[in-house]
Amino acid sequence: MKYYDKLIFELSKEGRRGCSLPPDGWTGDLGDIPQNLRRQNRPALPQVSEPDAVRHYTCLSGMNFGVDNGFYPLGSCTMKYNPRINEEVASLPGFASVHPLQPDSTVQGCLQVYHELARALSSITGMEEFSFGPCAGAHGELTGLMIMRKYHISRNDLRRTKVIVPDSAHGTNPASAAVCGLQVVQVKSRPDGTIDVNDLKPLLDDTVAGIMMTNPNTLGLFETEIREIAELVHACGGLLYYDGANMNPLLGKVRPGDMGFDIMHLNLHKTFSTPHGGGGPGSGPVGVRAFLAGYLPCPRVLPDGKGGFRIGRDGELSAGRVSGFMGNFSVMVKALAYIWTLGKKNIRMAGPLSVLNANYVKESLKDSYRLPVDRLCKHEFVFDGLADASSGITALDVAKRLLDYGFHAPTIYFPLLFHQSIMIEPTETESKETLDGFIEAMRQIAREAAADPEMLRSAPHNTPVRRPDETLAATRPVLRYVPEVRTE
Amino acid sequence: MSQTVEGLYYSQTHEWVKVEGNEALIGITDYAQHALGSIVYVDMPEEDDELTAGGDFGAVESVKAASDLIAPVSGTVLSVNGDLEDSPALLNSDPFGTWIVRVKLSDSSELELLMTASEYTAFCDSLK
Repeated sequence: MKYYDKLIFELSKEGRRGCSLPPDGWTGDLGDIPQNLRRQNRPALPQVSEPDAVRHYTCLSGMNFGVDNGFYPLGSCTMKYNPRINEEVASLPGFASVHPLQPDSTVQGCLQVYHELARALSSITGMEEFSFGPCAGAHGELTGLMIMRKYHISRNDLRRTKVIVPDSAHGTNPASAAVCGLQVVQVKSRPDGTIDVNDLKPLLDDTVAGIMMTNPNTLGLFETEIREIAELVHACGGLLYYDGANMNPLLGKVRPGDMGFDIMHLNLHKTFSTPHGGGGPGSGPVGVRAFLAGYLPCPRVLPDGKGGFRIGRDGELSAGRVSGFMGNFSVMVKALAYIWTLGKKNIRMAGPLSVLNANYVKESLKDSYRLPVDRLCKHEFVFDGLADASSGITALDVAKRLLDYGFHAPTIYFPLLFHQSIMIEPTETESKETLDGFIEAMRQIAREAAADPEMLRSAPHNTPVRRPDETLAATRPVLRYVPEVRTE
Repeated sequence: MSQTVEGLYYSQTHEWVKVEGNEALIGITDYAQHALGSIVYVDMPEEDDELTAGGDFGAVESVKAASDLIAPVSGTVLSVNGDLEDSPALLNSDPFGTWIVRVKLSDSSELELLMTASEYTAFCDSLK
């Protein structure tokens, strides 16, 4: 990787231009804008030629690492390959060149994408209705909780202000509940990270709005008691929210609707192969069972009764509008392209293959790394540091050294159930050869930990940036380029 | 691996209490700072806030995680350690010399529920 660390401002040369703009016809009249709001100096915009600009951004892109560069086993993020056909379909002019304020009659094809995608997701998840407003996973969580809250309030069931969240949950779960004005109650998990039904029971009363769960959980383990949990929560009058972050292993195999969940979100950018992690944007559609359809955020695409589609506005019960227009449309086109490319038969293979890959990596490495819960996992699993901890080598050291071998690091220090969590999610799109390369690198690192721990502590050695001072980066971040002020 | 100091009281959530008459200093243990890693921010209560034993009274944020501070004893906050606003890393470099809050104890019998240094060491060993 060629090192390149310039800012475009540093390339700037006075008077250099990449294009010719028409003459400035502005007369200089600032009208009623108050004096104190008027700019005193000219903005210090970079002045570069077109080749300078192209080379600058090409060099910067060479510093990036994504699924197109190599293996990216970032746990809980489902960094699967993004098929090129998705991009090709999304760039068709009929999808790429429309305006969200065009009359419905002129964008019937786009509206049909919403309709078809809702139908496909409905059959995959068992949720009857979807809304595509939420722009990412946590946005979907917040929207789902708004629906939950609105449901209880509309039934005049005003005491339900508590949301139960397992202590192993993604941090976004309690954060979303708090943002929604609900009170978070933690339920402790067993040593394997699954919910203890006996700990859950005493929490269930008429103040519970619902429970948020991820299944499989953050350790990649399936909550086998989900049906009993669903019955208990429903019996106390609460609803079940399914966090779709870990939907990938269930794809085509198990449906949250059948497990007893009432509301869920999907991360189209994870499970349905659209770019994320710098290549986004995301999309976090929310699905609900039929009895909650009226609470979904609006606007939504609805049949117009004449064989076509229309954009329907807010109903009386709706949780309201959660984004401009109807979410990130191009992401939905890509997700639908993915679903239709695979088809009903092949999409059933995505989940099992992601489970196979995860278990292959786990079994291959459990002699070198400590596996706290040794059983069949789903799409991901968690190590707790090295099997031989005597060298004092940490999860961070292992992750940094992996960069030298050309792999993206796994998620580290999450979940918080262990001190040296290394969370690995290979996804189904990797070949056995790629997985073997990763396994060999991980074993080599374990050997290095015993033979030369100092070398690991100072890793990475082959990257443009070594170890940044994380404390300084968090407490004294430099976020702004400060140019020399030009006063002419 | 982690250090303890004799004469302090310890909680299962890794806070220490140093009693001075009917007042007490509260901080986090060496085990806690080690588990958290480099600490970048401490969210502290305000003077006159009431602490309830078992309730949270702030949070410690590190490059790895954010963790609630759980009050080992009940009392009224007399002062907070202003040094931590600019230098949160003091909790890493000198965990037992860096107090977070000084409180006026409201029920000193709560101290009996806390651990001694040797009990706390044994407790930490049991977590491994």
